[in-house]
Amino acid sequence: MALKNTYSATVGVIGTGNFGTALANLLAHKCKRVLLYARNEQKATQLIKTRKNGSHQIADNVEIITDISLLAEKCNVIFPIVPSINFREMMKKLSPYLKPYHVLIHGTKGFDFNEINNKNNALKESKNQIFTMSEVIRQESSVVRIGCIAGPNLSKEIALKMPAASVIASDFDEVIHLGQKYLKSDRFLVFGSNDLMSTELCGILKNIIAVGAGTIDGMKLGENAKSLFITRGMVEMVEIGKAMGGQVEPFLGLAGIGDLIATCSSNLSRNYNVGLRLATGEKLSEITHSMREVAEGIKTIDIIHEWSKNNPIRIPITETLYKIIHEEITVEEAHAYMMKFPFTSEIKFLN
Amino acid sequence: MSQSRPRYKDILKRKKDWPIVNLSQNKKTFLDEVSQNVFTNLIQGDGRKTLHEELETTIYREKQRVINNPWRVDPKDDLTFWKRIQKKQLAIKKSKDKITIEKEILKEIIDRYCKEIVGSFNKSSYRFAKRITTFGFARLLNAARVKGFKSIFSRQLDLQDQIHVVGEPEQLRKLAKIGTIVLVPTHFSNLDSILIGWVIQFLGLPPFIYGAGLNLFNIKILAYFMNSLGAYKLDRRKKNPIYLETLKEYSKRALEWGCHSLFFPGGTRSRSGQIENSLKLGLLGTAIEAQRSLISDHGKQAKPIFIVPVVINYQFTLEAPSLINEHLKRTGRERYYRESDAFSNSKKITTFLMKFFTKKSDISVSIGRGLDVLGNYVNDQGQSLDQHGQVIDIKDYFLSNGKVNVDKQRENTYVQILSKKIIEEYYKNNRVYSSHLVAYTAFKMLERKNTKLDLYSILRLSEEDLTLDYEAFKKNFKKLRKVILELNEQDKVDVNDKFKNKADESIIYGLNNVGMYHAKRPLIKAKDQILILNASTLYYYHNRLEGYGLEKYI
Repeated sequence: MALKNTYSATVGVIGTGNFGTALANLLAHKCKRVLLYARNEQKATQLIKTRKNGSHQIADNVEIITDISLLAEKCNVIFPIVPSINFREMMKKLSPYLKPYHVLIHGTKGFDFNEINNKNNALKESKNQIFTMSEVIRQESSVVRIGCIAGPNLSKEIALKMPAASVIASDFDEVIHLGQKYLKSDRFLVFGSNDLMSTELCGILKNIIAVGAGTIDGMKLGENAKSLFITRGMVEMVEIGKAMGGQVEPFLGLAGIGDLIATCSSNLSRNYNVGLRLATGEKLSEITHSMREVAEGIKTIDIIHEWSKNNPIRIPITETLYKIIHEEITVEEAHAYMMKFPFTSEIKFLN
Repeated sequence: MSQSRPRYKDILKRKKDWPIVNLSQNKKTFLDEVSQNVFTNLIQGDGRKTLHEELETTIYREKQRVINNPWRVDPKDDLTFWKRIQKKQLAIKKSKDKITIEKEILKEIIDRYCKEIVGSFNKSSYRFAKRITTFGFARLLNAARVKGFKSIFSRQLDLQDQIHVVGEPEQLRKLAKIGTIVLVPTHFSNLDSILIGWVIQFLGLPPFIYGAGLNLFNIKILAYFMNSLGAYKLDRRKKNPIYLETLKEYSKRALEWGCHSLFFPGGTRSRSGQIENSLKLGLLGTAIEAQRSLISDHGKQAKPIFIVPVVINYQFTLEAPSLINEHLKRTGRERYYRESDAFSNSKKITTFLMKFFTKKSDISVSIGRGLDVLGNYVNDQGQSLDQHGQVIDIKDYFLSNGKVNVDKQRENTYVQILSKKIIEEYYKNNRVYSSHLVAYTAFKMLERKNTKLDLYSILRLSEEDLTLDYEAFKKNFKKLRKVILELNEQDKVDVNDKFKNKADESIIYGLNNVGMYHAKRPLIKAKDQILILNASTLYYYHNRLEGYGLEKYI
């Protein structure tokens, strides 16, 4: 059993959302000092005062800061855990203080989307650029030692000190080892993978399926239907992942199936909840308005819909969900459509 | 040509200051260092194979090589050496102190490899070879082109008219004074090494060392040039870890000694005619290792190592027909082929050089911006810059917890980052001539006309199917040219000045230049038609523009 505060390192976390706080606490278990950066001054003051964030009791050796330069100065290893929509902006702010010796391990399960309009020149097609967070880190900073953390990590369960596990993926073994060193404990397992991009894709794409699984439960279609949906969803995830240049293996591990099972069966998942509420007739705008944190799945559905225009692969689930969230069809119509969809062979990606 | 041409002064006037001279004068110390380091590295091992197994397979394979695939340049005592080593190794079983004898054998093999690899740079023969490449070629050029033999003493034309050095030669000169340069050119022809040799001395840089395929030393005329230009020998037949380790250490040590080096990171000449899209990482990795090692030994005083990508832009490649045949046989999965080469003997090369100088064809050598060993651009002071132009410290890449540490896996990943960047620079600095575009347009049109056929069937089309309508051709040419100019504006490719001429002129210029030295021209114009006379060489020249996504526009 690992002793408390085994390592004398100071480690940084960016983002005071649920997962950011959970991760800071996990790190605090192994490291002497954890700096948790809050973008919002008010939130920081509140956290400092209450030492509580939602259901998380903030560990004593977690220090809340609002000075991002301090974070870069004191920490060699930093975990950015912010919504994908704010990620690039956060990197731009952090980048001037980063050096090539920094290690960044992000936990953001969404894409960065860059709309480019080229209509007026010879390169006619308007190619929209989609990046994973590790690519954004590379583009915005001089950091190369980059990793991601992915897996079934429902923050509320981690807050309750229930057991969980994660994958740290990086091109660099040293990044994986650092992540393991600082996070592994008797209630948190950490696996390693050298396939960064595929692992990122797992975490991002599973959110689409989580939204769909929510709708199935919302319509009370039963466990058979949900298994069917999750399985087909998994196939679609892999097909998209492969078309984006990923490998199949990570999809079969904790970051893929593992995370998928957790998010598709739990009320604790935001994306699942969006689906659930859509099925009961709520509008997307109402749902997102009432949520405290971003459901990445919605944005991912839109992005993959855009992406598929230039990539001819069949993605019936994503397309159907796209129509639902943009109110082109109802959840019931979508259900009827999916049951008639001419799926061909069950699994092709293993050949 | 009346444009003023720069004359570059030597950056190091005294030859005894040249790092390569230092290295050749202290050859013994240098080789001892290399040999000792390889020995230590191999003894530590990577745990995959025991020293015993390593020796056994190496000795076995080497003996096989000597018997089955001997070359003229091989040392005379090759067979006796390996026989003796084998005997020694077989005798180990009876001996008590196996480990000591195994280490002895290993050291002997390493020492032998060191001697095989080492170059024999020689100041006076360098001067002579240099004179041949500049003075000699220039005279030959005059004799052939201007007024017949008498003008051999005229100064009217010289190599500079034929070879344009573009890009960042000034920065290269600056960087060579600050740190150690690793030139990484594209590789299309055997002429490349001589050409780069000329460019190096033209820019006033001290000679570079470089690894040249041992097979080239089989040819006497090339062997002479290469020896005197500082070449060391790479033997592609030897793939055993002891040899490879020795080779890498040789390169790494030479960089640490401050010797500017030249790698052809593509490994061998591009068979397909396409710009390199994957690089051999072994030698490139030595630049990263050397940089880390320098930093760890000298801290802030460490000399930086700069990677400078170079694109050699030919409108023709002498060896194109044999290269493309080899490529097609390989991709067509034909299992056996014999390497026959336009560069197989001295006479063929001389004939080629005559041809080369008598007909005018521009060659341009694009010197890319300097990079650090991670692929970041450096400024003229040699400082690394991040993508926002901020100065970064190269040392930071090798730190863990504030200390420089050795992490092989990390450095292997760095090589991939560097290699990706070099390829990007190649594509960016590649200079498009209209000859490339006529070849590309014609071949793509041929493909579009025969969508049902695979590549091999297209190459076997009969004569009557190998014609294109000129007007349609011109239309496509213009369309693609527009796209290329757009890419050029975005700094994704370079173009030749004549490229922007009127379409008809540009096409004629292109047709006149594409594969102009081949017995059979790949492409000609006849009335209102474009005729394809040799589809495989056309395919070769068309490949030069692959990788830019142009196919979407035709």
